[in-house]
Amino acid sequence: MKLLYTVVPFAPLVGAIVAGLWGNRLGRTATHRITILGVLIAFLASVAIFFDVHNGNTFNGPLYTWGTSDGLTFEVGFLIDSLTVTMMLVVTFVSLMVHIYTIGYMADDPGYCRFFSYISLFTFSMLMLVMSNNFLQLFFGWEAVGLVSYLLIGFWYTRPTAIYANLKAFLVNRVGDFGFLLGIGLIAAYAGTLDYAETFAQAEKLATMNEAVTGWPLITAICIALFIGAMGKSAQVPLHVWLPDSMEGPTPISALIHAATMVTAGIFMVARMSPLFELSDTALSFVLVIGATTAFFMGILGIVQSDIKRVVAYSTLSQLGYMTVALGASAYSVAIFHLMTHAFFKALLFLSAGSVIIAMHHDQDMRNMGGLWKYLPVTWLTALIGALALIGTPFTSGFYSKDSILIAVAHAQIPGATYAYFCVMAGVFVTAFYTFRMIFLVFHGKERFGQAHAHHDHAAHGSDDHHHGLAPGEKPHESPKVVTVPLVLLAIPSLLIGAFTIDAMLFGGWFANVIFVDEARHGSIAALREEFHGALAMGLHGLTSLPFFIALAGVALAAFFYLVRPDLPDRIAARVRWLYTILVNHYYFDRFNEIVFAGGARRLGRWLWQIGDRTVIDGAMVNGSAQIVGEVAEAGAALQSGRLYHYAFSMILGIAVLLLFLYLV
Amino acid sequence: MTLTHYLLLAGALFVISVVGIFLNRKNLIVLLMCIELMLLAVNTNFIAFSHFLGDIHGQVFVFFILTVAAAEAGIGLAILVVLFRHRQSIHVDDLTELRG
Amino acid sequence: MSGMPLLSLAIWIPIIGGVLVLAAAGNDRRAFEARLISLFAAALGFAVTLPLWFQFDPTTSAMQFVELREWIPRYNIRYYLGVDGISMPFVVLNSFITLIVVIAGWEVIQKQVAQYLAAFLIMSGIINGVFSALDAVLFYVFFEASLIPLYLIIGIWGGPNRVYAAIKFFLYTLVGSLLMLVAILYLFAASGGSFDLLEWHRLPLTLTEQKWLFLGFLLAFAVKVPMWPVHTWLPDAHVEAPTGGSVVLAAIALKLGAYGFLRFSLPIAPDAAQAFQGLMVALSLIAVVYIGFVALVQEDMKKLVAYSSVAHMGFVTLGFFLFNALGMEGAIVQMVSHGFVSGAMFLCIGVLYDRLHTRRIADYGGVVNTMPKFAAFFLLFAMANSGLPATSGFVGEFMVTLAAVKVNFWIAAAAATTLILGAAYSLWMYKRVVFGAVANPQVAALQDINRREFVILAAMAFFVLLLGIWPMPLLEVMHTSVDALLAHVAAGKL
Repeated sequence: MKLLYTVVPFAPLVGAIVAGLWGNRLGRTATHRITILGVLIAFLASVAIFFDVHNGNTFNGPLYTWGTSDGLTFEVGFLIDSLTVTMMLVVTFVSLMVHIYTIGYMADDPGYCRFFSYISLFTFSMLMLVMSNNFLQLFFGWEAVGLVSYLLIGFWYTRPTAIYANLKAFLVNRVGDFGFLLGIGLIAAYAGTLDYAETFAQAEKLATMNEAVTGWPLITAICIALFIGAMGKSAQVPLHVWLPDSMEGPTPISALIHAATMVTAGIFMVARMSPLFELSDTALSFVLVIGATTAFFMGILGIVQSDIKRVVAYSTLSQLGYMTVALGASAYSVAIFHLMTHAFFKALLFLSAGSVIIAMHHDQDMRNMGGLWKYLPVTWLTALIGALALIGTPFTSGFYSKDSILIAVAHAQIPGATYAYFCVMAGVFVTAFYTFRMIFLVFHGKERFGQAHAHHDHAAHGSDDHHHGLAPGEKPHESPKVVTVPLVLLAIPSLLIGAFTIDAMLFGGWFANVIFVDEARHGSIAALREEFHGALAMGLHGLTSLPFFIALAGVALAAFFYLVRPDLPDRIAARVRWLYTILVNHYYFDRFNEIVFAGGARRLGRWLWQIGDRTVIDGAMVNGSAQIVGEVAEAGAALQSGRLYHYAFSMILGIAVLLLFLYLV
Repeated sequence: MTLTHYLLLAGALFVISVVGIFLNRKNLIVLLMCIELMLLAVNTNFIAFSHFLGDIHGQVFVFFILTVAAAEAGIGLAILVVLFRHRQSIHVDDLTELRG
Repeated sequence: MSGMPLLSLAIWIPIIGGVLVLAAAGNDRRAFEARLISLFAAALGFAVTLPLWFQFDPTTSAMQFVELREWIPRYNIRYYLGVDGISMPFVVLNSFITLIVVIAGWEVIQKQVAQYLAAFLIMSGIINGVFSALDAVLFYVFFEASLIPLYLIIGIWGGPNRVYAAIKFFLYTLVGSLLMLVAILYLFAASGGSFDLLEWHRLPLTLTEQKWLFLGFLLAFAVKVPMWPVHTWLPDAHVEAPTGGSVVLAAIALKLGAYGFLRFSLPIAPDAAQAFQGLMVALSLIAVVYIGFVALVQEDMKKLVAYSSVAHMGFVTLGFFLFNALGMEGAIVQMVSHGFVSGAMFLCIGVLYDRLHTRRIADYGGVVNTMPKFAAFFLLFAMANSGLPATSGFVGEFMVTLAAVKVNFWIAAAAATTLILGAAYSLWMYKRVVFGAVANPQVAALQDINRREFVILAAMAFFVLLLGIWPMPLLEVMHTSVDALLAHVAAGKL
């Protein structure tokens, strides 16, 4: 079996290397065949492993020893259990869909082979991350997906906005990694190991300790440090700023990396670390509050976006907030469940958005669309399925996961739970509103495409250089098969997978012995289990419950604003100009970071350089000592008058002094 | 005539030459002559001591010094001639090449 | 073990090769012969160091490949060579870098070719001497002699401000090493007339004596490392040096200082080292954080990488003075890794400089459009410079940070800022130089790397990745020696 485990990450790696090094020589077709074959192998192997794990065969062992030092053993190895294999399936399946979709989406891009190389490399990195059995490899995967994300956001490297966004994404992620690395350091220092299983075995012991120098409760410090890493990768407030900008990358990677897989690494990591997080209520509260804030406030920003991809991006932020809230409520399995359903329906939404963008000739502004459903029937239908799942319509996959989160939060007892409950409930309305605002603006209403571009004043981002758009009178066409087939294939799980898996994933012991919940203290998952009477019953009950009506209200309001009275939103925006200004500026997070952190760092650097290095060290100390030497020498040189009688005089003076000295002695 | 008289004479010669070096601001030849005078003062001392202490070594030394002084004066004057040809001057204040 | 005097060969083959190049092809008309002889000498010099690696016995901390001859018997000065797990990797690294440098200068250097190549070959031999000398006088001679070729390289083949940089470099390092000479002479007297380093390690000394000796050595080594605040010669020297000079300076010369700490300061004055731990850690952290910010705002690529070298070497000294095996091994790995990464960074900048003759970041932009292969290599090295896992740059920083948490959480927190700062200065530079639309006609006319450049960058890339993916072999070599050194330091001399 170990060979099979090894094949899963390394098959895409081989594809990535071949495509990266020899892609241009092999040609486009050969390149995409090789990389798709790699990912297909990984997917099939994951399926095989899934059945194996289903039969109870788990695995935890090293692949090779990376290094040893001071009693610590650094290993590269695999931990294969139900959680891992769930993630493996999600990652390889979405990746496979995205690979196929890319054939169509990137068809006329000069960087075709490079793109395939990157996404295969990403698949490898992500698989290494989820399959890891230790913190070293986790950190490797963690940073490696960051690297590929950096490469892919900056894929169109001639665009100033893209290379700004990718640097920003990498740096913000590094801020998170700063905490993550310290968390790993604390574990290494106090548990003396980097292996998951060995660390968890000592969790109880760690919970009783305090950090030696700072005096912090150790387990809380570890969990919060690790969670800071997760905040970076999973884009939680205030480290979320990179995700909306990451939409500068090509759409397939927005679907793969910035919706379905990479951004969920933080969620996965916390679920994986559940034996540690369960021991610290403080850390869980922190997680809960951060998640709730992200879920609600980032959702609101989705309402004011005009770029179709940015709406989906803010929606992703908000949904990641939901997952984080579930983690904070100790409902780890629910978070993973939502992660899975979200991976499908959000990838679907992104790819549908991509299909729309292809049809619109790379115009992403929703104000230039409208009424597209006639021209793009498949895209419209699949996007609608994705939207319904996103807002949690009963019986769709999103419903099961999101409703579970709502119930779990309602039963959470730790500080911050009330705030979180309010946020996620209000978030339901916001989600429904911005989702259907997007659907109505894009697919329904008046046809606004093919006109001269009137809407180039949007403040959200000023990169119009790549907006091509349709020529006047031109009609959009449905995308080719390689684009629509993945849409259909993703639409199926978006609709169905929730109902089929909820029982097993949340209550059926699929995650037993993997995710640890201290039910005596954190009862939300137990309460959830009590209320659950089968998927059908839950769906039927969902039709009569509060969240459904809230979501319905959101859809109705969106319909009123964007179908019935399209003039209203602008007038409202004009009425509450201050609020609108705050929203289109994303609460001024970017401005703040730009001025305080980026600007501050540059100012500090310049000050240290000019004052510290140039003036004090080089000026005062180095050149200063040289100057002192020079001055002393000049004083000495004044004695060398060059006149003989001065020398003669000093000689005689010297003799006199010498004689005097001898006389006195 | 006692030893003291000779020593006083030598001392006087020596002081004259030193003062000559100090006071002379003009001519390099005078400087050379002052140095010769200094050596003469030393020679006087040597002879005086040799005579009064009955030790012939002192007089031997005088011959050495005379020889060296002659050679020195020769070389010195030769340099002086070359210097004069080169600089058209043997004025002491002009010769400050060694100033730091 | 073979009977060949491998260390002597590693020292003298490059030196004799250098002399031969001068003698046989001193005139520029015979530049090709000069290059050929140099390549051969460098390759042979590298080849003789390979058995050092493969025949090394990692189970003992004793000196290996020992050679011992009388040199100046009157003062008990001996030609005494040997390596342990700490110094051996650097002999190999140095010989490898020399080979790279000879190839890197192949057609770039057009004036006084033989002299240029000879300087590098001779320096390579001298530096091997520093790493393998076990006699203090021999060490001192090599340590000082290594200045001369580098001084000439900067002063003759350097940029417009080369003389200032060369003199600054020379005086800085000389001032430091004079105090070391005093310390060496004191130890000669205190040990009853011996220059044997290993004997000095066992020499009992009072705490006061140790403190003075430590400070005497400190300045010499701190200047070489360079530690804050005696680092300002490095950016100037790098900026003016030709590419090969920068590579050797960053990859090898800086390691001499760090190596000195391990061979002199720590074992000879262990109690003083512990007494000064706070100071040394503070200076190291200042180097990491302060220099990180300074690197951020540099407008000259070479200066930026030079400052980043200072920051990375801060990790080395930090690792030493944490006094645990994880930190020290991490520091040594960081030294080796820095040899590859910073060397490669300077090679990359050299590739650009050879084409456009400017190092200003503002003169570039959009290089990836015309030099995609180069951009890929440059990205790898920039990422290694910012400590990305699976590159060698990560290993040392990771281990030292982990070690720092054991000692004091706040030290680790300060050290870990390098994750952010390192990425910020490396990638911001990368963004401005490589990404973007073609900035000007000069960039538009750039040619991608040729086969020679490809080979040297690929060789560096191979080691950067190998060391990042599997540092185990390097760690295994040093375990016993590091453990013995730490045990010695912990036991103290009081």
